[in-house]
Formats: sequence, structure tokens, C-alpha cells
Amino acid sequence: MIPSLKININKFPLNRKQRTLFNIIISIIFLVTVILGGILLDEERIVTNLSERNSAPSLEHLFGTDWLGRDMFARTVMGLALSIGVGLIGAIGSALIALLLGIAAATMGKMADRIISWIIDLFLSVPHLVTLVLIAFTLGGGFKGIVIGLTLTHWPSLARVIRAEVMQIRSAEFVQVSQKMGKSQWWIAVHHILPHIVPQLLIGFMLLFPHVILHEAAVTFLGLGLSPHEPAIGIILSESMRYLSSGMWWLAFFPGLCLLIVVRMFDQIGENLRVLMDPTRSHD
Amino acid sequence: MRKFNGGKLGLFILMKGVRMVTLLVAICFISFLLVKNSPIDPIQAYIGADMLKVGPEQREKIAEYWGLDQPVMVQFLNWGSAVLAGDLGTSMIFRRPVIEVIGERFFNSLALMLSAWLLSGVVGFVMGVIAAMKKGTWIDRMIKWYCFTLASTPTFWMGLLVLMVFSVWLGWFPIGMGVPAGVLSEDVTLMDRIQHLILPVLTLSILGVANVALHTRQKLIVVMASDYVLFARARGEKGFALFWRHGLRNVALPAITLQFAAFSELFGGAVLAEQVFSYPGLGQATIEAGLRGDVPLLLGLVIFSTIFVFVGNLLADLSYRVLDPRTREVRKI
Repeated sequence: MIPSLKININKFPLNRKQRTLFNIIISIIFLVTVILGGILLDEERIVTNLSERNSAPSLEHLFGTDWLGRDMFARTVMGLALSIGVGLIGAIGSALIALLLGIAAATMGKMADRIISWIIDLFLSVPHLVTLVLIAFTLGGGFKGIVIGLTLTHWPSLARVIRAEVMQIRSAEFVQVSQKMGKSQWWIAVHHILPHIVPQLLIGFMLLFPHVILHEAAVTFLGLGLSPHEPAIGIILSESMRYLSSGMWWLAFFPGLCLLIVVRMFDQIGENLRVLMDPTRSHD
Repeated sequence: MRKFNGGKLGLFILMKGVRMVTLLVAICFISFLLVKNSPIDPIQAYIGADMLKVGPEQREKIAEYWGLDQPVMVQFLNWGSAVLAGDLGTSMIFRRPVIEVIGERFFNSLALMLSAWLLSGVVGFVMGVIAAMKKGTWIDRMIKWYCFTLASTPTFWMGLLVLMVFSVWLGWFPIGMGVPAGVLSEDVTLMDRIQHLILPVLTLSILGVANVALHTRQKLIVVMASDYVLFARARGEKGFALFWRHGLRNVALPAITLQFAAFSELFGGAVLAEQVFSYPGLGQATIEAGLRGDVPLLLGLVIFSTIFVFVGNLLADLSYRVLDPRTREVRKI
């Protein structure tokens, strides 16, 4: 009996593809709810309310309140929305850099390829976190510093994927024929190469996202990112460190858990997209 | 033949070394420019709280002393030649040579990173093997779920959780610091150090297993679907013996390589864990240097972490070349 030959009996009435799509839709609905919640909740929910300080989670305050009586649930949702926003900008920037450099490396000749892979090595040879600290230090921290830092640190792996993909398509017969027919480089890039790498780019982008959010939270936690007045998850967690020894576990537990869930959702969307779009991965 | 191989290996290391040097020079230059353009005034950072007592003339004196009144390129060349001579300057926070600070902190970090590295490697490997051998069962699904979840867990949050559970609730371990508070440095015993090491190592290991486990699982599934395993099964081999004879060697090497190549993430994780547990290692020094504008220390740490990552990648490449007989054979042709 070979285990890998066992046929998986489907317990659900949906087939695999439908189930994957269903998963993606659920995740997207959840994330949109969080973002809308973050936008719609007004500042009044997190005003200081000294009569309700340090209260444990209850029905009224789902995640408890902090030492200033601010509702942790509202703060967490706002922080998540902020994190997703920062992550979105960072991931889009990274994906664009990766797209440009990946195509350039694959199409502009050997010299460009060498230079770009050298640049990729350059960015990969310093730990991400150290690079982020350095860039945040240079730009004096804050929103600008963290966005630029995240954009500059996350593109190399995706650029490599795109480069390999473009290389592969470039040697395909239809591209060679197109070249022989006298189409310009630009025409080939737009009409033949770009449609092939869009799915790769989309998947890469979705898989970048969780990393960007986690790094954003980490740098903010370390005190080099967003300013302490923003309701960011990193800020909430670093503040909670001071109250850990007094047993106020809810200050750290729920915000972190929510961050974990959001990141996991993004990751799952990316993985599901990959299963849907990438035929070589559909067997696992 | 052996000598020929050795020559190739030497050449390989040499080429890697040349590449490393070009990268390192570029990184030094870029980080130097970045740091020079930062809005944090190094003199201000140096003076700190004594701001009111230091007049403009004294500031100029300090600027002259640090060489800050010269053009950036001259400063870079001065700094670069000093670095080549092994002098990374003096840390402004610790008021000691950067080399000394890094050296001392490195041993703390090394203990942390090495134990986490070994532990996560072994546990992750075992988990990956179990998942692959029991592919499709509940234990496989559980391990996969665990690994995917861990991959999206913030390191510092895991650190906080560990701290809450073991230090605050159970009270088994002290909260933070590399050594007990209020004890002279001579009186700190090895036990104390180990006790303060356990929680950060635990945090890093819990998170570190995901990568290795998933990778090993993937590789072993491919191996298990191969013809020679099919043949072995047909002969009646199964379970652990099957894995020991046919699986282990095929999946151990990729796992080792992956672990070496993950030095960069290990360093990043250590930075966060050290910050949460106030463990006096390199990571904490990096954050201090970044927050308080200690330029020489920050530059020194950038260089050092680059070398650290490079060594990891080199070891990963070498382990493939030295340990895997197949890559050696290809080279002969």
C-alpha cells in the first residue's frame, strides 16, 4: 500500500477549486471588515477614560482597557488598519521595484544582469532588520522612514523569481518568432512577457505582504518606526511590555493575536492564489 | 584527483571572497553616506544631556576632534582606512572602542543564536520528517498548520507571550537582563547565564522550526515518491528503517544548507528577542545605536552582521560541495 496513491475522499460538496476560491473570499471579507472598522471607528473610542483603567476583558471592552482607560479593541482595530495601509504601500513599492529590475535583468543583456544580481546580493547580504534600522535612522524614523525602508528591503527575492520567469519566456519559440518578425523589444515585453508574469507578480505581491506587515510592526515595536502617538500595533505591544509584570496580559495578547490572524489571512490568500494559478503546485 | 578537487574548492572560496569584498566595500560606502545624511546631529547625540553646559566653541572643538568638519569623502576615506587597520572608532554610548563592544556582545549573541539554531534545526527536521512520513494524516495536517501559523507570528509577540507565561505566571524564570540585577559581574555563575538564556532561545526556536520543517517535508515527499523507495517498500521495508536507509541522507543536506542560509533571519530574530528579554547582545546594541545616534557602533554592526550573513551563506555553499558526493562527481567531468 503506497500512501501517496490513496484517494482523498471529499467530504464537502464543493470541489477543490471552489473551496480555494471560497477561502479567498472569506479572507478578503475579513480583511475588508478590519480596514473599514479602522477607518470608521472615530477617535472618541480611544479617548482616555480614567474611571475605567486597567480593566480586564469584558463584554463592554472586548480586549480590556489600558492604563489610561482606552478601549483596547478599538485601538487594535485601528492599529491593524494602519499596519495594512503601511504594508500595502510598502508591498506595492517593492513589487514595482522587483518587476522593473527583474525584467531589466532578463532583457537588457549580460552586463545589466550582472549589475542587477550584484545589487540583489547587496540587499540580501545585510539582515533585513539591520537595513531597516539603518534606513529609519537616516530618515529620522516616522512614516516616511518606515515606508521607504520596507520598500527597499523586500524586493530582491521577488525580483529573482521574475527574472527567472522572464528568462524562460524569452527563450520560448513564440518570442523568438516574434523577434524574427521584427517586433521591437518594447512590443515583445508588453505583449508577450508581461501577460505571463502578471500572475507571478500578483502571487509574489500577496506573499510579500505578510512580511512587510510583520517587519513594520517589528520596527515600530523597536521604537524606530511610526511615532508613539499613532495607534500602531508595534506601539501597543511595546507599551504593553512595561505592564507585563503587573499581570495585565490582555494588553499584549489580543493585539498580537489579531496581527497574527491578519498576517495569516494574507499569507493564505497568497498561497491559495498560487494553487489556483500555478499548475505545478496544484498537486499539494 | 583529490588535489584537483581541492584546487577547485580553493578557487571557489577565492571567488566568493572577492565578491564578498566588493559587496562589503559597497555596503560600507552606502551605509556611511546614509548615516552622514541622517537628521541626527552626531555632536548633539554625543553631548546628550549636557547640552546647556557645552558652548558653540566646544562644539567646534568636538567636531574637529571627530573630523566632522571635513568633506564627506575625506571622512569616508579616513574612516575606511581606520576600519582596514582594525579600528572601528569609539562607541558614543558605551564610551569604549566599537570592536570591544561588538566582541563582548557577540559572545552573548552567539550563545543565544547558536543554541536556537541547533534546537530549531533538529526539532524542525524531525517535525518535517514525521509530517512527510505520515503525509495526509492528522499529524501531518497539524504540523503543517503549526508551521504556516508560525511563519506569520511576530517574533516579539511570541517573546512577550513566553515572558508572560514563564516569568509572570509561573515565575520559573527571571524577567529580562543577561545577568541577575544587583550582582557583581564576577559573582555571576554559569547557571545564571544559562537561566537567562533559556527563554530567548525558546522563543527563537519555537518560531525557527517552521522553515526547516516545511522544506524537509517537501523534500522527503519527493524522495518517498521515487522509484527506489517504491522498490524498498516492495521488499517489505517500512517505517523508521525505510527512512533511515533511504530518506535521511537525501533530506539531511538540504536541511543543513537551509539552516546555514537562514543566518540573516536568525540575526533579525535575535534582534527582536534580545530587545524583548533585555538580553545584552548584538541586536540590543543595534537598536540602542539606532535610537541614540551612535554612528560608529551602528556602522560597525552593519559590517559585522554582513560578515555574519556571508559566513552563513558560504557555509551553506561549502556544505553542499564538501558533503554531497554527487556535486563532486559532476565537477570531474
